[in-house]
Amino acid sequence: MIIDVNVSLSRWPNRRLPLDETSKLAATLIQNGVSQAWAGTFDGLLHNDLAAANKWLVDQCRSVDEKLLLPFGAINLSLPAWEEDVRRCHEFHGMKGVRLLPGYHDYTLEDPRFRQLLSLLAEKQMLLQIAVRQEDPRTQHRLLMTKDVDLKPLLTLLSDFSNLPVILLNAVSGSAVELHGQLVAAGKVYFDIAALEGLAGLERQVQSLPFERLLFGSHSPFFAFDSAKLKLQESELPAQSTEQITHLNALKILREL
Amino acid sequence: MIWDLHCHLNGIPGRTPDEKMARLIEVADRMQIERLVLFMGAPFLTAPTPEQFSEQNDQVLQAISHWHHRAFGFVYLNPEYEQESLLELDRCVKDGPMTGIKLWVAKRCDSASVDAIVRRAIELKAVIYQHTWLKSTGNLDGESTPADLHALASRHPEASIICGHTGGNWELGIRTIRDLPHVSVDLGGGDPTAGLVEMAVRELGASRVLYGSDVAGRSFASQLGKVTAAEITPEEKQMILGQNLRRLMSPILQAKGVRL
Repeated sequence: MIIDVNVSLSRWPNRRLPLDETSKLAATLIQNGVSQAWAGTFDGLLHNDLAAANKWLVDQCRSVDEKLLLPFGAINLSLPAWEEDVRRCHEFHGMKGVRLLPGYHDYTLEDPRFRQLLSLLAEKQMLLQIAVRQEDPRTQHRLLMTKDVDLKPLLTLLSDFSNLPVILLNAVSGSAVELHGQLVAAGKVYFDIAALEGLAGLERQVQSLPFERLLFGSHSPFFAFDSAKLKLQESELPAQSTEQITHLNALKILREL
Repeated sequence: MIWDLHCHLNGIPGRTPDEKMARLIEVADRMQIERLVLFMGAPFLTAPTPEQFSEQNDQVLQAISHWHHRAFGFVYLNPEYEQESLLELDRCVKDGPMTGIKLWVAKRCDSASVDAIVRRAIELKAVIYQHTWLKSTGNLDGESTPADLHALASRHPEASIICGHTGGNWELGIRTIRDLPHVSVDLGGGDPTAGLVEMAVRELGASRVLYGSDVAGRSFASQLGKVTAAEITPEEKQMILGQNLRRLMSPILQAKGVRL
């Protein structure tokens, strides 16, 4: 059983992807043993009418299987009245959480609006996903260059929001090990494994981050789904730990909302 | 059959090349990888002196010394030192067990000083692996682009040349080297972006596409996943995962009397 916390629907802005049709992505997820996937939308990267983008996301999830695809609406804190998008995600669509894409939305986590969002989510008992990166900066389209999200400001904010689940997508890499450990210690911070690299990377990763804070995420369809799945094979982990990563930790997050 | 074109000792736990190699094989076994190609030692040196690249090659020679049934080595050279590179090429390939050449970022490969190395490689039937990237964020001074590789490969149609990382920005890399049938692409060392393998097969043909991982900086998993998840035929996957590399190295392996 796998819960994939990092998939996206719709089209990547400058490339057709093999699985960018919802039905094809869903079929691949099912074929690979995924029982639930937390889905954002690539439309959230550049669209300004996020209410429409999030409505489309919900409709797509329902068109396949509501139990398979759990929608996570995109919120852009640079847009006027972004709070209304949060309200609609919560009240209209019954979403469990929202996904931020700060790299594409021109703000940092030091922005006062980010603190406001944390308050709002804590009040509504929703979880937060932050896409730390979507694409390697070295391969980005020259007219669509973004930087990785600086997570340091999050560290100071977590003391006021220690019960808010925050999932950092595409964040795990060789660098920033110390900061990641501090984030985990400061709050309910989780990392997905989509961007994890290195020989037997999971074995190395669990030396610095506890199993309880790692989640299975594939970043499909931008990444090949098999990349994440094969990481479980490349590392030798205790069976219980593997189950925590593949689904138990995600289930616990949902249960505690 | 899986043959991995692109492996490094750097980043693998272990005090010696032998310890690092043992760990590499242990993890490769989990992924059913039969053969590994190693180049460069630890730490990475972007512009090694002759003494330094010889020492790096010694690390690889030591690492593969007990694993000739599982691993091959490519000799790391620096074209800034043309004569010393030619001597090292003879030491490690002509007179040693190595089967190819690795050129990294010391000097762009369109420069004339690379020609002598390529000519000698052709004589020895050695495979040439040239790192290439076309970074949106800007290349290193000596870092070759796919266009640099195209210039070099156009001068040496009889050479067996591999375009490292498919140029990084692979949609551009594939287009750049498409018209050179003696140039293959290495899939390794980049994010497991979906669509790479499909485009490479469509534009180059599966016979010019090679699986490589770039461990230990990358994982076997992320790089194998590019191929296993690709929407291509099982036969094409087999070619990419090992058959093509075996074919490319067959001339030098036969010349060395290596039986597979």
